[in-house]
Amino acid sequence: MIAVLLVGAGGFLGAICRYIVSQRLSRIYGRFPFGTLTVNLLGSFLLGWMIGGEWPESRLLLWGTGFMGAFTTFSTFKLESVNMWTNKAYGKMGLYLGMSYTAGILLAFAGYSLAKIATMR
Amino acid sequence: MIYFGIGLGGIIGALLRYGLSLAIPAVSVAHFPLATWITNMMGCCALGWLSARIIHNAQIPLWIRTGLGTGVIGSFTTFSTFSVEVVRLLHADLWMPALFYLLASAWGGWLSAWLGWRMGALQKEKKAVETT
Repeated sequence: MIAVLLVGAGGFLGAICRYIVSQRLSRIYGRFPFGTLTVNLLGSFLLGWMIGGEWPESRLLLWGTGFMGAFTTFSTFKLESVNMWTNKAYGKMGLYLGMSYTAGILLAFAGYSLAKIATMR
Repeated sequence: MIYFGIGLGGIIGALLRYGLSLAIPAVSVAHFPLATWITNMMGCCALGWLSARIIHNAQIPLWIRTGLGTGVIGSFTTFSTFSVEVVRLLHADLWMPALFYLLASAWGGWLSAWLGWRMGALQKEKKAVETT
């Protein structure tokens, strides 16, 4: 029961934060989905940090499964790239996909490794 | 109201994802993170469909449309868990499963989103033909 509360609370906050960040950034740079890119990269780093730091389960449920899970998004990212494809913006789509996957995995790795180093001390 | 819709959607989406991750056994075949993958594929298909049918339908209140798309589906799917799972596989020297997971998510998600969108667009056309 407590797990449901933690994941739900994290999801509530994470979704609202994602909306705020993507609204702000799309207003500044309307042509490229910097909003989704930013939340996904930031979220990958932070979740990597949490997992690498071996956070206790209740904290992980709230901030990991709940918040970071909702803050980052896979579906919007995919839909945006499908839209680029149907608009024949192939170069932009390639750049978007490449940047998201490469930087996302690298940043998750960085967060994970940094937390491992920090906990070793 | 928009914030409320998105927050409410976030609760529903996150809990659905959590429930699915409990329902699908963690020890999966060939180190493949099945729960996250299924979640992301389902979400891509649903968002594709929503974007064709619901997102631009002005008859439905904006807070419900945003709550469903950005809130529920956006929170249901996740990119951070995906990245961390790839890193975990790489850390365990499971290079092929990591690559396979990456490709299955990249291509599968793309196809799911496209399929959902086409299904929604076709239904919409059919409906438009029927009403004229």
